[in-house]
Amino acid sequence: MVRLPYLTALTTLFSYGLLFAFGQLRDFFRKLIDWTKSKDLKGYAPICLGLEDFYTRRLYLRIQDCFGRPIASAPDAWFDVVERYSNDNNKTLHRTSNTTKCLNLGSYNYLGFAAADEYCTPHVIESLRKYSPGTCSVRVDGGTTKLHTELEELVARFVGKPAAILFGMGYVTNSAIIPALIGKGGLIISDSLNHNSIVNGARGSGATVRVFQHNNPSHLEEVLREQIAEGQPRTHRPWKKIIVIVEGIYSMEGELCKLPEIIAVCKKYKAYTYLDEAHSIGAVGKSGRGVCELLGVDPADVDIMMGTFTKSFGSCGGYIAASKEIIQYLKYTCPAHLYATSMSPPAVQQVISAIKIILGEDGSNRGAQKLARIRENSNFFRSELQKMGFEVLGDNDSPVMPIMLYNPAKIPAFSRECLRQNVAVVTVAFPATPLLLARARICISASHSREDLIKGLEVISKVGDLVGIKYFPAEPPKYEQDRKKLE
Amino acid sequence: MASALMNVTASALNWVSVSFDAPLARAVVFGFPVDGHLVVEGLLIAVILFQLSRKSYKPPKKPLTEKEIDELCEEWIPESLHPPITEEMLAQPPILESAAETHTVIDGQEVVNFASANYLGLIGHEKIIDSCVSSLKKYGVGSCGPRGFYGTIDVHLDCETRIAKFLGTPDSILYSYGISTIFSVIPAFCKKGDIIVADEGVNWAVQNGLYLSRSTVVYFKHNDMTSLESTLEKITRQNYKRAEKMRRYIVVEAVYQNSGQVAPLDEIIRLKEKHRFRVILDESNSFGVLGNSGRGLAEHYGVPIEKIDIITAGMGNALATDGGFCTGSVRVVDHQRLSSSGYVFSASLPPYLATAAIGAVNYLEENPTILASLRNNIASLRKGLSDVPGLTMASSPLSPFVFLKLKKSTGSPKNDLQLLDKIVDRVLKEDSIFIVTTKRSALDKCPLPVGIRLFVSAGHSESDLLKASESLKRVAASVLSELI
Repeated sequence: MVRLPYLTALTTLFSYGLLFAFGQLRDFFRKLIDWTKSKDLKGYAPICLGLEDFYTRRLYLRIQDCFGRPIASAPDAWFDVVERYSNDNNKTLHRTSNTTKCLNLGSYNYLGFAAADEYCTPHVIESLRKYSPGTCSVRVDGGTTKLHTELEELVARFVGKPAAILFGMGYVTNSAIIPALIGKGGLIISDSLNHNSIVNGARGSGATVRVFQHNNPSHLEEVLREQIAEGQPRTHRPWKKIIVIVEGIYSMEGELCKLPEIIAVCKKYKAYTYLDEAHSIGAVGKSGRGVCELLGVDPADVDIMMGTFTKSFGSCGGYIAASKEIIQYLKYTCPAHLYATSMSPPAVQQVISAIKIILGEDGSNRGAQKLARIRENSNFFRSELQKMGFEVLGDNDSPVMPIMLYNPAKIPAFSRECLRQNVAVVTVAFPATPLLLARARICISASHSREDLIKGLEVISKVGDLVGIKYFPAEPPKYEQDRKKLE
Repeated sequence: MASALMNVTASALNWVSVSFDAPLARAVVFGFPVDGHLVVEGLLIAVILFQLSRKSYKPPKKPLTEKEIDELCEEWIPESLHPPITEEMLAQPPILESAAETHTVIDGQEVVNFASANYLGLIGHEKIIDSCVSSLKKYGVGSCGPRGFYGTIDVHLDCETRIAKFLGTPDSILYSYGISTIFSVIPAFCKKGDIIVADEGVNWAVQNGLYLSRSTVVYFKHNDMTSLESTLEKITRQNYKRAEKMRRYIVVEAVYQNSGQVAPLDEIIRLKEKHRFRVILDESNSFGVLGNSGRGLAEHYGVPIEKIDIITAGMGNALATDGGFCTGSVRVVDHQRLSSSGYVFSASLPPYLATAAIGAVNYLEENPTILASLRNNIASLRKGLSDVPGLTMASSPLSPFVFLKLKKSTGSPKNDLQLLDKIVDRVLKEDSIFIVTTKRSALDKCPLPVGIRLFVSAGHSESDLLKASESLKRVAASVLSELI
């Protein structure tokens, strides 16, 4: 939960008000200057009218160099960030051929599979030579290879469900599955902070959508009771079915969902549950099987489990795991299965090798080591940041930790100063987060060593002092205490 | 003057005192003499006011009690998440055991592959695979982040500039999946209150984009320019007042996935300029196929590429990789970098696929003769299939895949599909030719008929094409003769 101090809220609002006022002033002068120049539109309506892209033009473009930074190597623990320069005050950015080696605290590389791996990469290259980069065909036609069927069985076994189905992109998985499962006359109850792909899928399905307060099982129960008693809007007929959609780890908050309570509520009211484990599969849990394992929930209690391979497995694509009948039905009617090119075979092989390492089936214990290391790294980093006085969100064991910034001016200050000291962080502002709650988000990986983390902590602490985001009182860091004890 | 005034005031005072004394005068009410009639009138007014001030009768509102809500929740029975499983849902597609080239292996047997949209024969191309291998060794497989957060790798930027240079447009933007391209582009530009005129035969991805954009959508008859013209005229007439503020779009595909027809681009450009609409063109099946050097529909018709506002294409067909791109003017491309949901909220394309795309575009630019062999193959296959009993060719001679539909439909698309599935299964089992039917999802609203598709590749040999036509003629004759 974010506790926003009053003074900070006031100064943040004041900053945004100032930016808005200056933006309007600039727009006014721009209109004056363009009065004489003719517009080339010739009777077409402009792509963006009036204030539709005000935020982009006047606020985002000022700090454009903090986003979309290109890299020139694999997104491993250390990577090369390409330097960019601008001649017109950040409106356009040009690449140079210089790169700086920076510590990567921004990529979703939880288990360290992002770079070439000693076990995975030879298998991937072999499958590339055998099957080519693409199949040029949809799954139902000629796009199913032996690798695809092997991965589907492996994913089902890994997650603990009877069957699974694969897709080439995580975003499309949500957008195309939800319309296939529920239509007009159904009700979708989703968490208020769900990802854009779930929102798009829910809108595309035609069902009524209601929202419950983030991670609040009692509010979910209230909403369910009210909706079942009232029925469909205006006709008051009973709902055809109700699906409750939650995520395992919320990527902007870093907190785990209260899964056991939510499952209990859904079972009581006969609603179906849909769990989106994009960030938690492979990253949490003793053997990497996600939030179900971590929180002690039986996978058979969740009706549909969805996940992506981008984050913990270093590949691309998504999957859905559910009962055999549901998967058969989805294979028959889901548009992403019938119309979209099948997943690239080398990417499939990468996931197969990654899952084999995690399960220990490659003959070594690298999987268990990686899982233990990411847990240690996340807990160490989070506790150190909290001791330094930063406001860090999220639960223990979650590898995602947002640090609150609040003020819009601190976003580019934090980002640019960290880059100057060779640490690459991700800063997030409106519209991905609420207007007043801008934050910097750290993603820890199993490939970070203890020295990398200590260097990251030092830089962040120094920059935090400069920028002024240590909202809480600090304690001396543990490693310095240990060092003093040894001396 | 003064005395007249005095007279008037005196008479007024007289009248007032008389009426004041009136309460004591006698009145007759309902035949009975009553003293003080003003008192009665006063009472009547009091009663009227009392009645008016009382609220009208409404039956009391009773909200549901907790116990009643509990009962309702217990009684409610939800439907199952999936409908009952039927025979056709259990069908499994054939599993490939080698690359999806022109000859592939299914179940241990070598078959001729007409099911992959491998138009230029680039699957299995040595140079492209070698560049992918070096890319894998350098960057790993995935890109581990969205484009805004360190997921932009220099090969993505190189790929975007290469495609833009090839097509002759200022800039382009890369998406990580073929179908997500069009259904992210349309909602990025079309919002509530805009008007979109779309062909009724567009594929599901376009339909989903149109639905998500919340604009008003008007469909015109499939590939019919007179229907398009009349629709545009009707819309312009209805909305000429708001023309400056309302954005208008025409959405068409270059080669329609559902029928193989080719959109007449010169007609569309003429109509668009007359009525001031913007064109969104989906070139998934025509990029790398049409035109003298493979630059798509615009080159084929000799239309300058600046006249088309937005061009999207999936790279999963001719370029033999995965992903998609969108290109247009600088304003168009920059707008998508912040407002296209499939670009902002999704991880970026794996770098080795971007390398494969660059390799494919380079190959196409250096060897334009491959297009001539593709065109020859299409022509010979069409000649061979021109007299298949029971099936007619519904696709255009330019389309890189041949679309066959039943001459006489059985009446329901489901039965049609069953017949076509029988033909396709027998062709695979008996003659080792791999062709496919068009499967429709329950969510697809396309009204066009189902059929059989054969994707032609530049790598097919004459004997492959001959074998395919012979086999199809034989099996169609035997399966459909039971009906004709």
